[in-house]
Amino acid sequence: MTAMLEDKDRIFTNIYGRHDMSLKGAMSRGHWDGTGEIIAKGRDWIINEMKASGLRGRGGAGFPTGLKWSFMPKESDGRPHYLVVNADESEPGTCKDREILRHDPHTLVEGCVIAAFAMGAHTAYIYVRGEFMREREALQRAIDECYDAGLLGKNNKCGWDMDVFVHHGAGAYICGEETALLESLEGKKGQPRLKPPFPANMGLYGCPTTVNNVESIAVAPTILRRGAGWFASFGRENNKGTKLFCVSGHVNAPATFEEAMSVPFKELIDKHCGGIRGGWDNLLAVIPGGSSVPVVPAQQIIDAPMDFDGLRDLKSGLGTAAVIVMDKSTDIVKAIWRLSAFYKHESCGQCTPCREGTGWMMRVMDRMVKGNAQKREIDMLFDVTKQIEGHTICALGDAAAWPIQGLIRHFRPEIEARIDAYTRNAVQSRNVALEAAE
Amino acid sequence: MPATTTDTMIEKARAIVDAHRHLEGPLLPILHAVQAEFGYVPRDVQPAIADALNISRAEIHGVVSFYHDYRSEPAGRHVIRICRSEACQSMGGEAAAASLLQKLGLDWHQTSADGAVTVEPVYCLGLCACSPAAMVDGDVYGRLDDETINDILEEVRT
Repeated sequence: MTAMLEDKDRIFTNIYGRHDMSLKGAMSRGHWDGTGEIIAKGRDWIINEMKASGLRGRGGAGFPTGLKWSFMPKESDGRPHYLVVNADESEPGTCKDREILRHDPHTLVEGCVIAAFAMGAHTAYIYVRGEFMREREALQRAIDECYDAGLLGKNNKCGWDMDVFVHHGAGAYICGEETALLESLEGKKGQPRLKPPFPANMGLYGCPTTVNNVESIAVAPTILRRGAGWFASFGRENNKGTKLFCVSGHVNAPATFEEAMSVPFKELIDKHCGGIRGGWDNLLAVIPGGSSVPVVPAQQIIDAPMDFDGLRDLKSGLGTAAVIVMDKSTDIVKAIWRLSAFYKHESCGQCTPCREGTGWMMRVMDRMVKGNAQKREIDMLFDVTKQIEGHTICALGDAAAWPIQGLIRHFRPEIEARIDAYTRNAVQSRNVALEAAE
Repeated sequence: MPATTTDTMIEKARAIVDAHRHLEGPLLPILHAVQAEFGYVPRDVQPAIADALNISRAEIHGVVSFYHDYRSEPAGRHVIRICRSEACQSMGGEAAAASLLQKLGLDWHQTSADGAVTVEPVYCLGLCACSPAAMVDGDVYGRLDDETINDILEEVRT
């Protein structure tokens, strides 16, 4: 199929930190080149170009970025506009934004200036996860360099007054949800807000706000420099561009790398990760988009194109492209139980179905791992996940429900076998006990 | 004298609030600074912060108890945070954590009797490439093994 993405077409040229991370180094790799000229082309040109590039949001939901930017009011009604960058990367399995922050932060800072201009914002907040120490330091260093070089601040060289602030979180997964993130920025508990009103109308401090993922913002300058047509030349229709994939788990060489969208799974793994541990026959299942998307069994994923629509067709999703590979040594029920435990821990407690439901699901999963359950409880568990899905303010409820739905859909025989084995052992040990009593 | 200590704490907290008041959404930065100053967010200073920001004490309590990073009880002089996320677990993080806890004679969230060290779990420090990882007072350690664990212990005991 497609040839491997060439280095010249990679947006992130320093993802592994092998080159100079300073502003000078970033400029030598082509960043901050002609930022002022891009801004001089005007707001409409930028937004149209972003729309034409087909870039879909890299935070997981895949909403078209250009369209999102166009929702911001054209003229300010007196309220300031804000750009908020979501760098609260906490999804288990996802490890792409941290590499950008740590090794290629100038892509993000430049993206902030351009995106903020396109939305009429003079202020950007970058919300960095509390646990990220090195990332925060690297980002702050990059921003300070830009202020010193006159690329940020008032009357800067880019021609758009701009301030960028780094805000650091305090250890809550839910703050990665856009409205919870806004609450947290305002200094409140990170509990998601009801939408509508959408942040584009009423966001941070009640002002028009756009929240974007780090990667979505960081790729924007390169897209605008090289043209929408270049970016759109990668990937299938509706799933354009290049993407950072983070592959973890049972592959020979786990890695984070940039590749074109829509590359089939097998090709992706063989090229970048040295194949599956123990060969392709040893593959059991894959979680293709971070912990919150349903698991896909081996035979379905091998030839599937890795993009939003291709994985949606498999009733899963690309999410953040955090590919978790599991070989046949994996206890798949226990792996999903682990995710249930995670979501129970991280539920913010605002909506009842999620607060109570995540706990229920984890406790039932607890028994499923051992097999200490009735077979009809599998259906009951599935039913509970359906009661949670779609009945909460934010997507954490869905995220907790989907992995279990995926497990039941594809690995029901495994759960049933476990229940059978447990019952058999229980009956045998009871018989032994009875014989002994006689 | 306990009363005096509380008074100085409140005074210090007021100074921190004044230093951050100009920020937009200042509560989280203030709490981070308060925790950096005292090692925890003392209950006694919460009303003073609430008063200064014109919010209720319940709201402060809600925020402090919502985020995992804020402590309402004092911690030891050193805080060891060990990553218990998936990547670290699969690279032997559980065993490393167990060995460290055993050497200290502590359980999760406990502080040693001499007040030297507190051990806490953390979920992903972003160092999956060199798991298992830990953080000691803001310094990160990767590839935990017996040797690094002994180094950490030596450091926190001095």
